[in-house]
Amino acid sequence: MKMLKIAALALLLALVGVSARAQTTLRIGLAEDPDILDPTLARTYVGRIVFSSICDKLFDIDEKLNVVPQLALSHETAADGKAVTIKLRPNVTFHDGEKFDAEAAKFSLERHMTMTGSFRKPELAAVDHIDVVDPLTIRLVLKTPFAPLIAQLTDRAGMMVSPKAAKAEGDKFGLHPVCAGPYKFVERVAQDRIVVEKYAGYWDAKNVHIDRIVYLPIVDATVRLANLKSGGLDLIERLLATDIKAVRGDKNLRLATALELGYQGMDINVGKGEAAKGPLGQSAKVREALNLAIDRKALTQVVFNGEFVPGNQWVSPENPYYQKKFPVPARDVAKAKALMKEAGVTGRVPVDFMVPKGAETQAVAEVIQAMAAEVGIDMKIRVTEFATSLKQAEAGEYQAFLLAWSGRTDPDGNIYIFDKCKAPQDYPGYCNPEADKLLDQARIPSDPAARMAIYEKLTKILLEDHPKLYLYHRRILIAHTTRLEGYKQMPDGLVRVVGLKLK
Amino acid sequence: MLKFIGKRLLQLIPTLFFVSVLIFSLQHLLPGDPALVMAGEENDPAVVEQIRKQYHLDQAIPLQYVYWVKGVFSGDLGESMRIKEPVLALILEKLPVTAQLACMAIIIALTIGISAGVISAVKKNSVWDYAANVFALWGISTPNFWLGIMLIFLFSVKLGWLPASGFVPLHEDWQASLASTVMPAFVLGNAIAGILMRHTRSAMLQALESDYVRTARAKGLLERRVILKHALRNALTPIITLGALEFGTLLSGAVLTEQIFTIPGFGKLIVDAVFNRDYAVVQGVVLVTATTFIFLNLLADIAYHLVNPRLRGMA
Amino acid sequence: MTDTVLHAPLAGAAAVESPAARAWRRLRRRKGAVAGLFVIALFFLAAVLAPLIVPYDPVVQSWTAVRNAPSWMHLFGTDDVGRDIFSRVIYGTRASLFAGVISVSIALSIGIPLGLIAGYRGGFIDALLSRITDAMLACPFIILAIALAAFLGPSLGNAMIAIGITTTPVFVRLTRGQVMAVKVEEYIEAARAVGNPRWRIAIVHILPNVMPALLVQATLSIAAAIIAEASLSFLGLGQQPPYPSWGSMLNAAQRFLTTAPWMAVWPGIAIFLSVLSFNLVGDGLRDALDPRER
Repeated sequence: MKMLKIAALALLLALVGVSARAQTTLRIGLAEDPDILDPTLARTYVGRIVFSSICDKLFDIDEKLNVVPQLALSHETAADGKAVTIKLRPNVTFHDGEKFDAEAAKFSLERHMTMTGSFRKPELAAVDHIDVVDPLTIRLVLKTPFAPLIAQLTDRAGMMVSPKAAKAEGDKFGLHPVCAGPYKFVERVAQDRIVVEKYAGYWDAKNVHIDRIVYLPIVDATVRLANLKSGGLDLIERLLATDIKAVRGDKNLRLATALELGYQGMDINVGKGEAAKGPLGQSAKVREALNLAIDRKALTQVVFNGEFVPGNQWVSPENPYYQKKFPVPARDVAKAKALMKEAGVTGRVPVDFMVPKGAETQAVAEVIQAMAAEVGIDMKIRVTEFATSLKQAEAGEYQAFLLAWSGRTDPDGNIYIFDKCKAPQDYPGYCNPEADKLLDQARIPSDPAARMAIYEKLTKILLEDHPKLYLYHRRILIAHTTRLEGYKQMPDGLVRVVGLKLK
Repeated sequence: MLKFIGKRLLQLIPTLFFVSVLIFSLQHLLPGDPALVMAGEENDPAVVEQIRKQYHLDQAIPLQYVYWVKGVFSGDLGESMRIKEPVLALILEKLPVTAQLACMAIIIALTIGISAGVISAVKKNSVWDYAANVFALWGISTPNFWLGIMLIFLFSVKLGWLPASGFVPLHEDWQASLASTVMPAFVLGNAIAGILMRHTRSAMLQALESDYVRTARAKGLLERRVILKHALRNALTPIITLGALEFGTLLSGAVLTEQIFTIPGFGKLIVDAVFNRDYAVVQGVVLVTATTFIFLNLLADIAYHLVNPRLRGMA
Repeated sequence: MTDTVLHAPLAGAAAVESPAARAWRRLRRRKGAVAGLFVIALFFLAAVLAPLIVPYDPVVQSWTAVRNAPSWMHLFGTDDVGRDIFSRVIYGTRASLFAGVISVSIALSIGIPLGLIAGYRGGFIDALLSRITDAMLACPFIILAIALAAFLGPSLGNAMIAIGITTTPVFVRLTRGQVMAVKVEEYIEAARAVGNPRWRIAIVHILPNVMPALLVQATLSIAAAIIAEASLSFLGLGQQPPYPSWGSMLNAAQRFLTTAPWMAVWPGIAIFLSVLSFNLVGDGLRDALDPRER
């Protein structure tokens, strides 16, 4: 009898052991520690990576940059462009169990628009007010037609937060965010890790297979890769271009890439203060000379093993809004020297070249320096840390400034705040009324072809004036273990976690 | 004795005042606007202005100092602008991490430093002397970030014996904890080993020539016994007090090592905060670590005076 | 048997030896210090003769020879934009040694006068200076250096100033301590009684007695300053590109540890050898100048 009992117990335990799987944990290595995890107050690129697992947005994008439903099912813009009606997905709940409905959506959007310190305000500036049409429909009433609005709702401005939690925590919401994504926030230790776990009530829960995700910020790219190779991490972001060979040669690792939405380029101070008064700032011909002195192909070859893509516009050559009429120029030293002569330059031109501190920026700057020297332009490199460079860029205390923009889905997001006269990121101090008119015009039509035509005129002006020199576009480089299945990289650089399986 | 302690305690006050002024002004004199840094890519003048108001950044610097000090006295060290976590909470979170790393580093440093110092003193001017010297000195002669990277390359990537980064607390999993801290502790301890070796050596040399050692030798005791039991024991006190001082340095100085090994301790917290212009974090953490350092100094001084009767008369 | 019995010099011989000669004799006995001096001399020679001995211009890039392993063409290999590493290490000697010596000179020129004043005058001035020194020593050195360097602007010169200022407290405290020990000696009181002004006494009588300890500390501080320059350059706050310094070379080499390890190895060895040498010489000096030895 006793033996029978023991046997029964053993069998039971074995069955339990067989049916209970071990918890799967996906460990993701980030390149830096995110800032506050509040969609209204956040500003870092790496924070968006974490948000993609905890905070769902009204819409998302696919790899062709088309808008697809997420928490909202459809959108319809009125004929005059001043109202957008959005139908919401039914039966969605936040991580604290609260219902997601039109009131919650209205609350989230108004929070983005009105909260103190909200960085989403400029993104939703065109919205005048929001009407609740029925429990699953909201209507955004705009001050003026604004074509890029839907694209804004595929990013942080479209992230929905639980009204109950947001009201209770105020600006401390980011310490324990409560949203409606596939995973819910568990804990965060600053500069150490962020832990999230599967939310059973997610609207698409059947496609979520991994139980937990741990985000680990590891600043040093070499150490990040070392962790991936040794099995300490399952996926890392911002792999160095020069490490691609190592990843391709490792049979346990796989590379996932996409061409970025943004660009890497150089601002040239053309209108801010004393520094703009040099030959580079004053003469478009000298700027064109610098443009022609740079061999973009060689630059990407030397610094990035040829893995990145040369560019000359504010969207990459693979973007639907790229103007094929204006291709990337080849290096032409003779023409550059001739232009310098035409501009009346005698002697060499010194340029104060502000370069933000970074692993690869320094090498890029040094190659540019060598190339520019051949046409008579002496770039004096000044490696500046991020905080100082922002201040000095704003104040115009530079002559050339190497910078990067992470990119937005809508082309307007890559150009408006940079080239509109007196816009916040118009570091060059560029003011061209013709360009301003075109920038505003391009925001109105919903038809992409119409916008293309307007942007063509704008491109011609910008490529003559050169307030910015666009240099190249990075590839988003994600490396992960082969045990991770189903991972596809989108051009916005985010790590989407729905549909992933970990063996 | 009490008079001595009292006087020294009184001296703490102006010192701490100067520490607060020093770290506060250094932060605020740094070029760059914290509100702009917070905004980063999302630069919008209205929002930036809001942030500046919220954190009193639009006030005159002396006034901001007063706000900060007032807060400190009421236990509020401010909050991190970047992640909105209170500075005090951040400090309490990181303290066990840095403390564990510091303890391990000191143990390694004492082991290497004392043994090298003893050998070097006993076998003075011989090959062993130089060997021990170089062995202990190579720690301060290598940049710790370079040594760290080399160690990661060897032990994590090539051999796979140790994790490349990260920290596991002792109470969670003591084996994983040791594995994650042994490399950074070694890098840190190595650097201090050199300093400890020097002091051990000179203390030992002094002890070896002292009267009681001569007496012990005259008595015919074994040389090894003389060294270990008599000389070393008397040389140990100043060394231990020095160790305590270095512990204080470790609390705040492991900046680059923590960066390389991704240990979430004070060092990493401070350096990131400096580059992000997260004033409150830098000021709060430095104030805490400086206070600890000064107290440890004081304790070491007291201990030294207690042990050394000759100095007791001096105030 | 101990050294004391076997090597006692003849009484007559010891009396005519000058303090400097005695120190030199004792220093020669410590082989480690001698080796260190030799290495330092080599480095100084390399720094001075750099333009004559380098096979390539250290800033000239070669985009077809990027990250080449060491070969007869390039003894130490090439870096990430094709520059010759051997030439850069030689030229980097200038930046790094310069950084070490200049920063310590700055620290000495501020620290010694302050220490003299604090130690000799005593009273309120002493209390004030001592508290400020204590405060500076209580703050983490690297944070002060980073903050100062960021404040002054990124350049090798500013990094030297930043390191110099943060090293000053050590010399203030050291000088003060030595001065306080010496000022109660009888010959000082005698000089005062004769009517010598305080500043003369400080410079002519006190300072020479303080020198040995300062010399030892200065040597050790140069070693620490070279490491500090490497750390600041590693963080982007020191030598600006394209000019080389060992620290900035390590910074660039970080990304290529697995693909081009020679970029990190050679500057690392250079730092190690130079810093170790300064440390050995400093320790040797301490032994040589130790009044207890004969």
